[in-house]
Amino acid sequence: MTAEATPSLVEDAAATGPAKSGPAGAGRAPRARTTTAYLRYVAGKLVGAAVSLLAVLVTSFFLFRLIPGDPVKFMTGGRPVSAEQIAAYRREFGLDLPMWQQFTEYCGKALTGDLGTSYQFHVPVMDKITEALPNTLVLTGTSFLLYTALGIFLGTRSAWRHGGLGDRLNTGLALTLYSIPSFWLGLLLIIVLSVGAGPVPGLFPTGGMESGGKEGFAYIVDVVHHLVLPVVTLVAVEYGQTLLVTRSALLDEMGSDYLTTARAKGLRDDLVRRRHAVPNALLPTVTLIFVNLGRTVAGVILVETVFSWPGLGGLFYQALSVPDLPLVQGLFFVFASAVILMNTLADLLYPLLDPRVGR
Amino acid sequence: MNTQDQHGRGRTGPRPRRARLLAATGAAALVLASGLATPAASAAPQARAAQGAQAQEAAKAQKDDKSGGKVLTVAVAQSVDSLSPFLAVKLVSTSINRLMYEYLTNYDPKDAHAIPGLATKWEASPDKLTWTYTIRNTKWSDGQPVTAEDAAWTFNKMMTDEGAATANGSFVGNFEKVTAPSPTQLVIKLKKPQATMTALDVPIVPKHVWEKVTDFSKFNNDKSFPIVGDGPFVLTDYKADSYVRLKANKDFWRGAPKFDELVFRYYKDQDAAVAALRKGEVSFVAGSPSLTPAQAASLKSDKNIHVNEGPGRRFYALATNPGAQAKNGTKFGDGDPSLLDERVRHALFMAVDRKAIVDKVFQGHAVEGQGYIPPRFSTYFWKPSSGQELAYDPAKAGQLLDEAGYKKNSDGKRVGKDGKPLNYRVLCHATDPNDKAVGKYLQEWWAKLGIGITLDCLDNVTDPWLAGKYDLAFDGWSVNPDPDFVLSIHTCDARPQTPKDTGATDNFICDKAYDDLYAKQLAEYDPAKRADLVKQMESRLYDLGYMNVMAYPNAVEAYRTDQIKSITTMPSSAGNIYGQDGYWSWWSAVPADSGDSSDGSSSTGVVIGIVAGVVVLVGLAVLFTVRRRATAEDRE
Repeated sequence: MTAEATPSLVEDAAATGPAKSGPAGAGRAPRARTTTAYLRYVAGKLVGAAVSLLAVLVTSFFLFRLIPGDPVKFMTGGRPVSAEQIAAYRREFGLDLPMWQQFTEYCGKALTGDLGTSYQFHVPVMDKITEALPNTLVLTGTSFLLYTALGIFLGTRSAWRHGGLGDRLNTGLALTLYSIPSFWLGLLLIIVLSVGAGPVPGLFPTGGMESGGKEGFAYIVDVVHHLVLPVVTLVAVEYGQTLLVTRSALLDEMGSDYLTTARAKGLRDDLVRRRHAVPNALLPTVTLIFVNLGRTVAGVILVETVFSWPGLGGLFYQALSVPDLPLVQGLFFVFASAVILMNTLADLLYPLLDPRVGR
Repeated sequence: MNTQDQHGRGRTGPRPRRARLLAATGAAALVLASGLATPAASAAPQARAAQGAQAQEAAKAQKDDKSGGKVLTVAVAQSVDSLSPFLAVKLVSTSINRLMYEYLTNYDPKDAHAIPGLATKWEASPDKLTWTYTIRNTKWSDGQPVTAEDAAWTFNKMMTDEGAATANGSFVGNFEKVTAPSPTQLVIKLKKPQATMTALDVPIVPKHVWEKVTDFSKFNNDKSFPIVGDGPFVLTDYKADSYVRLKANKDFWRGAPKFDELVFRYYKDQDAAVAALRKGEVSFVAGSPSLTPAQAASLKSDKNIHVNEGPGRRFYALATNPGAQAKNGTKFGDGDPSLLDERVRHALFMAVDRKAIVDKVFQGHAVEGQGYIPPRFSTYFWKPSSGQELAYDPAKAGQLLDEAGYKKNSDGKRVGKDGKPLNYRVLCHATDPNDKAVGKYLQEWWAKLGIGITLDCLDNVTDPWLAGKYDLAFDGWSVNPDPDFVLSIHTCDARPQTPKDTGATDNFICDKAYDDLYAKQLAEYDPAKRADLVKQMESRLYDLGYMNVMAYPNAVEAYRTDQIKSITTMPSSAGNIYGQDGYWSWWSAVPADSGDSSDGSSSTGVVIGIVAGVVVLVGLAVLFTVRRRATAEDRE
């Protein structure tokens, strides 16, 4: 779904970004007309999002039925099982019904918010997702905030003094970290900072989200303590993308006349950057921020695995290996919805950031 | 250009100062983090006092102070599917169930023969159809007595409720009627004689708790703690993919466990689990299914870690397609017809160097394959006599193929009856590196015989396998103390009814002599006579040449000797620890004097974390002040 939704977003961004051909004085258009245009634009985006969601709902049903493998065979393999038990499994999962009937039942239930019952965990899919979602959001949300802030901060500084030693170091380091496999970096951090190597003591837990048996404040401290290494891993691997996008967008603005004007007014270099250049260069970064925000829900399978984080990424992997169809469909639907939602939000926000969008 | 000017000017004033805002957010996060951390540190004064000391010791002191008990922490990777004994099928869950609920019988840790569990003794009627068990006088963890009625209710529920039969329904398939004529007497009437009545691996649950359950297919037994049981441990807390906590049942009839608490913690990555063991966060790592040779080698150098290597319960084999056929007589699949000739199968057997596989692929962490059942089950272990053995002998293999009429052509390739060179498709599991490595060797060895092979390594081998669309396939099963199940999967009856159905068969084997022996052993209640019949079956299976057992992979596990002083393996002379048939390992584990596993939240770590947080904060504060001053100067 990411692939489906992203292009439109990128196009929008390209149109709104550092385009130099905007009609001069467009802001003078009558206010009423602008509002109508904006509402029409919003309606169009919302309808688009709704259609996408429906498409996701339908595809998720058929897509995962293409996975080879029989869930019942997987769940009964390797242990004594009678023919009656196998038949009972099929009945319980509804796999004995014809495909069209399975599909209509799935759609009917999905519209009422019921995503079915997980084959392997015997609980409603919604329960399983709501159990793991907060865990994932704590991890990915924290990392998202940090790597976005770090990426923008370093990106703008890199661009401002592009070509300098700082820029080269910054970009080089970001690119290197960006190309490092996250699970490898994670393991390295575990070995050095968690177990302890040489003079470095073991500072952090090797995995998991909590030690268990703690409550209230001690629990929060415990989770924060467990959070440090996975967040550091994610930030290290992810901030490069934001840095590079911010840097190149700002570089496009660098030669602009309005910056010369600002300087001519006697503004300090810092202020020229912060108040004039960066706001104009930020649109592509905003696009990226929303794409990343949509991804936060999907979790991060590799990092979750290395640090044994009980999140949605690991759950998705487990669901796929059965395949636990209701769980896979449910997760896919939730992941895709998050991306669609965030892209729609970004779409709605553009006209506010740049009035040329949506005319 | 106008536009840009407009932007620039328009936004200068009221625009939020983005960079500063972001930095402020970051700082706020840090304040939050260290703010949260500080009170905890002061809440554990003795931990702060021990700041200079080892992190582990500090954490230990803190914990001993809190719970006053020894904790045994075990690293696991597999998710719990359900804690309900009626639904759980994954190894981690059934192992935990075994700790929570006593079964009728247990297996002796020495040689896995059936010994008393909840039943103190048992007896079969002369017609072999009625079994009477005497139930032990013991108590559930809530103080209620355990009675035969609990056992009868458990079995009856599985016989009448489809949901309750989900996991263990096959055990009651042959039951006619189960009753409890008195609180200490359980009577099971069978439809046909069944020799496996001392191997009913069914957790007996308390009726007074479970009769309140309405839907057995959805009840997971993981909401209200502690969970009432009568096993060596009582489950007190569970959080999916984080931990399972159990506390020792001090009133356990066989004696209380030596550790006070048993915790299963999740490490989804095996290298991370090994790191946790090195650090002392966990006392034991089993690996799934085993530690890698590299991990074992690196752990051996640690003086506080013992690497335990014991014979595994699995066999690793190469199965041959015997021409798939359904019970109704329909043939299907496309197995190579040359494999129907026993001489060809024997030739393939003899061209496999099992010793090389153990040495090169398993790097010594396996035992060379012989009979069908692994040697750890000494009662049923069988190996071919020297005259019967199909030892590695490529020259003789070539002769056999010549005799069978598969001669080499001018290119040195054996030619099939259809005139085409022989080329076998070998199904392999893409997820198992051993399959691929052994496949390479087979390619080399069989090429010398003049036979080509194509390795089909798939993520999901089930589909071609069930359709009979393969010539040979990598195969392997875990064997139980009672061999009935692994023997049953090679009977004619296990095959699917029609090609469309799914049978219980492993490999479509159907042999009358084998089937006759299978029926005999199932009705033989004398253990020695039954073992003899089972060995005859293994001999028959070996001669057929459909199952080439190449190796029995070892279980390689590791534990900290400064946390666990001793632990029972199964078999006790040399065996494995995790996933035993029984609760022996965790029940018997003796804590070392120096203590237990630390829980990983070392207070030194927290302290240093806070210091780091404060340093960053101060740095940020300085930065901001400097900048504010700069801006202020600017304004002037």
